[in-house]
Amino acid sequence: MPKLIKGVGCPYCGSSCDDIEVLVSDDETKILEVHNACIIGTNLFHHANDPTRPKLPRMRQPDGSMKEVTYPEAIDWMAKTMLKAKKPLIYGFGSTNCEGMSAVARIAEKAGAVLDNCATICHGPSFLAIFDNGYPSCTLGEAKNRADVVVFWGCNPMHAHPRHTSRYSIFPRGYFTQKGQMQRTVLCIDPRETDTAKLADHHLMIDQGHDYELFDAFRTVLRGFDIPETVAGIPREKIKEAAEIMKKAKFCMIFFGMGCTHTDGRNHNIDAAISLTRDLNEHTKCSIMAMRGHYNIAGPGQVWSWQFGFPYCIDLTKGSHAHMNPGETSSVDLAMRDEVDCFVNVGTDAGAHFPIQAVQHLKKHPFIAIDPNFCMASEIADLHIPVRIAGVDEPGVVYRMDNVPIQFRAVIKGLPGVPSDEELFDMVYERMCELTNTQPVWLAAKADRKYPESPAVI
Amino acid sequence: MAQGELIIKGGFIVDPTRKINGDVGDVAIKDGKIVEKVSSSAKVIDAKGKVVMAGGVDVHAHVAGPKVNAGRLMRPEDKLRAGTCRSNMAQKNGYRMESGFSIPSTFKTGYEYARMGYAFVMEAAMPPLLAPHTHEEIHDTPIIDEAALPVFGNNWFVMDYIRKGEVENTAAYIAWLLKVTKGYGVKVVNPGGTAAWAWGLNCLGLNDRVPYFEVTPAEIMTGLMEANEYLGLPHSMHVHQNDLGNPGNYAITIDSLKLAEGIKTKNKFGREQVMHSTHLQFHSYGGEGWGTFCSKAKEVMDYVNKTKNITIDLGCVTLDETTTMTADGPFEHHLHGLNHLKWTNVDVEMETAAGVVPYVYDPNIKVCDIQWAIGLELALYAKDMDRTFITTDHPNAGPFTRYPRVIKWLMSKQARDAVLNSFKHKDKVLDAISLHTIKRELSLFEIAQMTRAGPAKCLGLGAYYGGLAPGMLGDVAIYDLNFKDMPRDPEKIEAAFQRAACFVKSGEIVVKDGEVVSNGHKKTVWVNAKMPENPQVTRDVTQAFTKGTYTMDIRNYPVRDYLAPHPFVIEYDVEA
Amino acid sequence: MATVTLKPIKTPELIFEGYSITPDNFAGKTAAQIADLPGHEGKILMRLGDFFEISGNAGETAADTNIVITGDCSRVKYIGARMTAGTVTVNGNADMYVGGWMKGGKVHIKGNMDSFCGIQMEGGELICDGDAKNHVGCAYRGDWRGMKGGTIRIRGSAGNDIGTFMLGGTIIIEKDAFIHVSTHAEGGTVIIKGDVEGRVGGQMVKGDMYVLGKIKFMMPGYQKVDTVEKEVDGVTYKLDHYIGDLGERHGKSKGQIVYANLYVPAAA
Ligand code: SF4
Ligand SMILES: [Zn+2]
Ligand SMILES: [Zn+2]
Repeated sequence: MPKLIKGVGCPYCGSSCDDIEVLVSDDETKILEVHNACIIGTNLFHHANDPTRPKLPRMRQPDGSMKEVTYPEAIDWMAKTMLKAKKPLIYGFGSTNCEGMSAVARIAEKAGAVLDNCATICHGPSFLAIFDNGYPSCTLGEAKNRADVVVFWGCNPMHAHPRHTSRYSIFPRGYFTQKGQMQRTVLCIDPRETDTAKLADHHLMIDQGHDYELFDAFRTVLRGFDIPETVAGIPREKIKEAAEIMKKAKFCMIFFGMGCTHTDGRNHNIDAAISLTRDLNEHTKCSIMAMRGHYNIAGPGQVWSWQFGFPYCIDLTKGSHAHMNPGETSSVDLAMRDEVDCFVNVGTDAGAHFPIQAVQHLKKHPFIAIDPNFCMASEIADLHIPVRIAGVDEPGVVYRMDNVPIQFRAVIKGLPGVPSDEELFDMVYERMCELTNTQPVWLAAKADRKYPESPAVI
Repeated sequence: MAQGELIIKGGFIVDPTRKINGDVGDVAIKDGKIVEKVSSSAKVIDAKGKVVMAGGVDVHAHVAGPKVNAGRLMRPEDKLRAGTCRSNMAQKNGYRMESGFSIPSTFKTGYEYARMGYAFVMEAAMPPLLAPHTHEEIHDTPIIDEAALPVFGNNWFVMDYIRKGEVENTAAYIAWLLKVTKGYGVKVVNPGGTAAWAWGLNCLGLNDRVPYFEVTPAEIMTGLMEANEYLGLPHSMHVHQNDLGNPGNYAITIDSLKLAEGIKTKNKFGREQVMHSTHLQFHSYGGEGWGTFCSKAKEVMDYVNKTKNITIDLGCVTLDETTTMTADGPFEHHLHGLNHLKWTNVDVEMETAAGVVPYVYDPNIKVCDIQWAIGLELALYAKDMDRTFITTDHPNAGPFTRYPRVIKWLMSKQARDAVLNSFKHKDKVLDAISLHTIKRELSLFEIAQMTRAGPAKCLGLGAYYGGLAPGMLGDVAIYDLNFKDMPRDPEKIEAAFQRAACFVKSGEIVVKDGEVVSNGHKKTVWVNAKMPENPQVTRDVTQAFTKGTYTMDIRNYPVRDYLAPHPFVIEYDVEA
Repeated sequence: MATVTLKPIKTPELIFEGYSITPDNFAGKTAAQIADLPGHEGKILMRLGDFFEISGNAGETAADTNIVITGDCSRVKYIGARMTAGTVTVNGNADMYVGGWMKGGKVHIKGNMDSFCGIQMEGGELICDGDAKNHVGCAYRGDWRGMKGGTIRIRGSAGNDIGTFMLGGTIIIEKDAFIHVSTHAEGGTVIIKGDVEGRVGGQMVKGDMYVLGKIKFMMPGYQKVDTVEKEVDGVTYKLDHYIGDLGERHGKSKGQIVYANLYVPAAA
């Protein structure tokens, strides 16, 4: 009898929908049907059935070919390589659970590494803005239950977060928003006419790269001063109208995306958006939220903040303290400046996402990829170690884009012999301790340490 | 828990739970618990000439969870203030990296408390929806035992039941929530005001109506006290009152305390109070504005002294640069308007909110100095030290690592005068306070009441923590202080409490000469008050999820067991 | 005055964190002792002597000590960081954090500098004959207390984020700058003699800015109030005076609202 598993989290985008229902085969090895998820999410689950998923690590041979090796061999090589490197860089975590992120931190500390995550190439600027200006935000339920004005700035959820608009932001009927979309005024600020822009009541087609000026214009208008005739390509009257809509809202919700973080001035765009949010709170209630990309990319920001005080770009090379300064300790900068001599790519694809020159620098040194699947990074790596997929055959905590922790469950049994990220990192850590003749530090007695049960079919 | 036997020999024992005040004696520990005696093969710790106390118990600190972490995340510059964090010895021994000053990392939090000889810390505000986060952090905090108080004072279900006068449903909801969040008791923060903040409003008066819910802060507090006693929970309702931090708020503070009159305690955990009023310093302000701002500590304590069924903690300002964080969302919004620094806010659907703003308690600013004095005055006017606890509302009024400094100020008039004399606006400060007229210096016995016996009893944990009687947990702190010859130099008091000479936690030596030597065996403490299933509450809660007022699936709401791998559960049947 | 000369003998494989290279750390030490001062290459603890040949003993105090580096330091960070007195001269390029957190003395870089030079500087003088990258005289991440005092003079161009959260002191860029000048500043003076792309004085509360070239995109929150004659770095100009950022909060002094000032060459 196939089993229907309810309340499953979708391990794809930052909406982290946890109302998915998955029908699995009797022996819990195959996903048969996926309900409630959007097309991207559905495909992701079906992909996990791929029989060609790697089951053993592979190591690059002197002749350039890749050869399968055992897990102990791979773990030994990884431990030795990281201990030997002067400044290893561990990067990724776009699709790892928090347990894995916590476990890798132990290795990073032991290896004197730099620890970084994908935020460094997506919402890193948002962190910089939060450092400088704070983050007046809320959980997505607040947007759903209260927001009568919703602003999408430089983001296109209709594409990147397909169920965001139906679960949280535009269509749903919330407690104080019983009329759903009818009750919400939607503003979209984007240089392109995206699907989200088409859906919006007002589309402000901003000149690319002038977000900062437009935020300043809104703020200036809100303080009762006049502004030039056009700002960032938008006529004054239109700006005033939009400012008035936000000000008159009962609850104004601003979502921003990579359109803001990836034009000139990056963090300052977000910084100004936060200032606007602060200003609007003098008139009404207003919240702001980053449209985080992956289902747990908010996770490392949380886990490492409580462990080291920094969400990303954490330089642990000095044993005495952690240091962070994006622009210096950020992965791409380190790689471009050729400042690291070992690279560990975890659950993301630096091979595909980094500038080519950065990849060339990294390739001069040992390159390790940890990934459930084959990807560009795994193919250029010196060592590829497969792991289970968090949210498919491995349960664990993930942080939704609003930093709400969601306890994801596994729906199928993991491939035999393939460890989770957490188990793999713990084994590497133990090997590093053996090699250095030190005692491993578990905060709990090892006997009490529990991995999330797998698979957690409830 | 460590196996084997241990004996701490020849120290001056200070144990208010048994009225022992400096008698020289031994403390024996076996298998993690205090026992009458041990065999001759027990490991001996020499405490001769030193003070021996139970492990410290912190009744209120913000150490783990979403808003604490929001503070860590938003303040990289706080890490610069911590100096070099990990000692060479710790590096060599492989202890975890430590960072942060006002909001230390979880590792540093555990290690620092241990170095100060603390065994138990109560995380003071857990948003239920985000409970897994709090437990993840608790798990990553070494050595110390911890529990967390979920917030109830602005919860939609609670406000609804209380408006309808349904004590039993309120109680059933509390019991359910404690169980699914692995929480410890009933925390209330700015009752009604935080719910109003969801629309950008606040409740500053006890009889203001909460928009839409049509209840008042007074009704919420009374309703929750009644439900708390209906359940007979180990701890009482634990309240952060309305109108925090505003000049002249002492009147509403006393009015709120009066709500406890007529409510009777019912529990089998030895607790006597029905209301714990936290960080009272922030609520004992006189004056009509910042210009006339002054202390009303005496007035507030006069009421507290004569009312036996309330307990308080101080919330002492330590004159540091720190980070304020509270579920009092509207207050943090107000504060960032005053100091213009960065502001983080987290409104949590159906439940609560939180705000975070950095704050510099600058000794050159009159108001900060008066706040500093108020915290100490509260303690020095207190008559019953078993009901008055030392806190800094960490990190709101100062980091918990300043407890030793607060102790120094309370034990030494000389130390207090030195601070008073350093103030730039000393004369204006003296006009607004009475601290300089108080000669009282607290004894080690009184300090032990305020940091051990008292808070343990208030939390209903008196059977385990806060004393050295046989049967209690083997948590013992040894301080390098000679009871018979207390140092004239107050700095020595601070130094001794900052770095315990030795700290035994659950029968294991975790700190020696002020350095951490073990990652210990921590526990997560939570309460399971068992009640018969309440169909009304089950239906209400289920509907909130299925109708989608919550954006999470109900199956994913309860904290899974593996997230709290060392549970210490207080489980009992509620007597209706 | 004593001069210590550092001759680069080896390029670090990664980069070298030369945080010991300050007159304060050198003071009172012999050349041999200086060679033993620590620095980091990645997680490896190194000595200054591993990368430099050191000659000459230091003076008694920092103020009595001059340091001269005779070659390229493109991969040496933290030169002159946290110094309080004395001088450091580099006859070549320098990497990040030159003169960061410095309180006094003088640093002179004859080549180019990388980012974060003069970060949270409190006093002293930092001169660069070439170009500087980003974050000249800025605040550390998250700190609202940026540069408090001293002077930074860049004879070439600079990148983005000049004087972020600045509270005092002077920054002079003799050629062009990219974007973000005095963002969030609450004091201090920034002079840019060349052109700026835009975002000048955004979210600025207080302080002065002079841009003698062109600003391609003005912030909408600035308004012209008058035309004045002012001396800028020794030369007098006729300048249009703007106030702003009108979108930002501002304090009051004697009942008057105090805005930030932006001066640009007067329209002919
Ligand atoms: S919206 Fe995102 S999280 Fe939700 S089902 Fe689609 S891909 Fe998955
Ligand atoms: Zn509080
Ligand atoms: Zn508190």
